[in-house]
Amino acid sequence: MSKMHITLTVNGKQEELLAEPRELLIHVLRERLSITGPHIGCETSHCGACTVDMNGKSVKSCTVLAAQANGAEITTIEGLGTPDSLHVLQTMFREHHGLQCGFCTPGMITRAYRLLQENPDPSEEEIRYAMAGNLCRCTGYQNIVKAIMAAASELNAVKEAAQ
Amino acid sequence: MIPAPFEYHRPDSVEAAVKLLSDFGEDARVVAGGHSLIPMMKLRMTDFGHLIDLQAIDALKGIRIDGRRITIGAMTTQHEIIHHAGLATAAPILAEAAGQIADPQVRYMGTLGGNVANGDPGNDMPGVMQCLDATFHLNGPGGSRVVKARDFYEAAYFTARAEDEILTAVSFDTPAGGQAYVKQKRKIGDYATAAAAVVIARSGGRCTAASIAMTNLADTPVWCEEAGAALAGTDLSAAAIEAAVGAMDRAIDPQSDNRGPAEFKRHAAAVVLRRAIAAAAARA
Ligand SMILES: Cc1cc2nc3c(=O)[nH]c(=O)nc-3n(C[C@H](O)[C@H](O)[C@H](O)COP(=O)(O)OP(=O)(O)OC[C@H]3O[C@@H](n4cnc5c(N)ncnc54)[C@H](O)[C@@H]3O)c2cc1C
Ligand code: FES
Ligand code: FES
Repeated sequence: MSKMHITLTVNGKQEELLAEPRELLIHVLRERLSITGPHIGCETSHCGACTVDMNGKSVKSCTVLAAQANGAEITTIEGLGTPDSLHVLQTMFREHHGLQCGFCTPGMITRAYRLLQENPDPSEEEIRYAMAGNLCRCTGYQNIVKAIMAAASELNAVKEAAQ
Repeated sequence: MIPAPFEYHRPDSVEAAVKLLSDFGEDARVVAGGHSLIPMMKLRMTDFGHLIDLQAIDALKGIRIDGRRITIGAMTTQHEIIHHAGLATAAPILAEAAGQIADPQVRYMGTLGGNVANGDPGNDMPGVMQCLDATFHLNGPGGSRVVKARDFYEAAYFTARAEDEILTAVSFDTPAGGQAYVKQKRKIGDYATAAAAVVIARSGGRCTAASIAMTNLADTPVWCEEAGAALAGTDLSAAAIEAAVGAMDRAIDPQSDNRGPAEFKRHAAAVVLRRAIAAAAARA
């Protein structure tokens, strides 16, 4: 079957590639663009490890076809922070032990990023509801929730100071 | 976990999409959010050569409230329904039900049209649409037509939609009275073990009208006219509620599966219905 010319903006960079329409976005990111932050946990739309931000929505990239994503703007964990300059969420996950093995973490942080864009001051209950599409086998979630709350207050403090 | 090959199309009008559907016949499928279809494609449980993506058709998007009439475009996502201010006042049951579907990521992609067109008995919106007596708007090569939600579902994955038709929108009147959608599930992100959609109108302490529909308790959603009638004209006494629960129990046909034995599902159905009646009555 013929390949498609696909254009994506990934972490601010324009990418062009040829792919079969049936290829999944997670495979395009990991195998063609070597963006390996988004992980494959289940490949069945359940675990959220593959979460990326697509056109301002948190999506499971194992359940998006390359063809559907054509033209989209995508942010992965690589686009949020770098080892030298961590995103506040990354700093807070480290400080509050929001990760153990780290497998779920890129999906967790990418999802939490979108949550805080939509709701900058979430309650604990709102965080749990908004993070329900991301599974973690290690932490028991408590410290993930704490890390997101801490990131929210840090971001809000920075915003207030700027005003 | 990669789908079989297909050709991809992204038409930008309903007419163009219908034309593709009629050109390719049985060999074509439309994709909305893809969150029911793509998992099936990955399991190789589908068989088609052309996938028609509806994402670029603006006419299928958006929520319109004209007086009492509410029209929701097929490509409106569950996320958009949850966050729509007008809908929150006009028909809060929509956001209540959408908020209990799957998880946030799925709700950003999953659409109302896909949810009701899919025909999976586990989908939550078909029962809500039957409860509200909604109308489904279809567009095919011969033009447009409407089908009532209560007449749409024939069996699991069989609906009144013809293969060359696109569901463009659903519409319904602002429900008169209190509404509730109560769902029992094993965990977040699961389909219903049992769920109940209820609308109750009240005047001076008496129930004047009621509508009751159940999810995932038969191979189609079950709108139970008798259950609603058992409440209408009563003061919603315990006896009236048990009469409605009894009528509902006779109308459903749950099967034993990994969500439990059929008897357990009947029990769960009665529990969610009692809770939904109480919640709807309190909001009426
Ligand atoms: C992990 C997970 C959990 C889920 N849990 C729930 C749940 O609890 N409750 C629930 O209701 N759903 C659940 N879903 C399903 C989800 O809500 C789907 O998104 C929804 O059922 C279908 O919407 P869609 O836009 O993704 O449709 P698609 O998957 O794109 O389409 C579904 C079917 O409908 C057809 N179709 C779509 N749009 C149209 C149209 N406009 N005209 C004609 N035909 C059309 C397609 O051809 C396809 O056959 C879950 C999904 C996942 C992945
Ligand atoms: S890998 Fe996509 S949800 Fe698990
Ligand atoms: S830290 Fe191991 S899965 Fe979450």
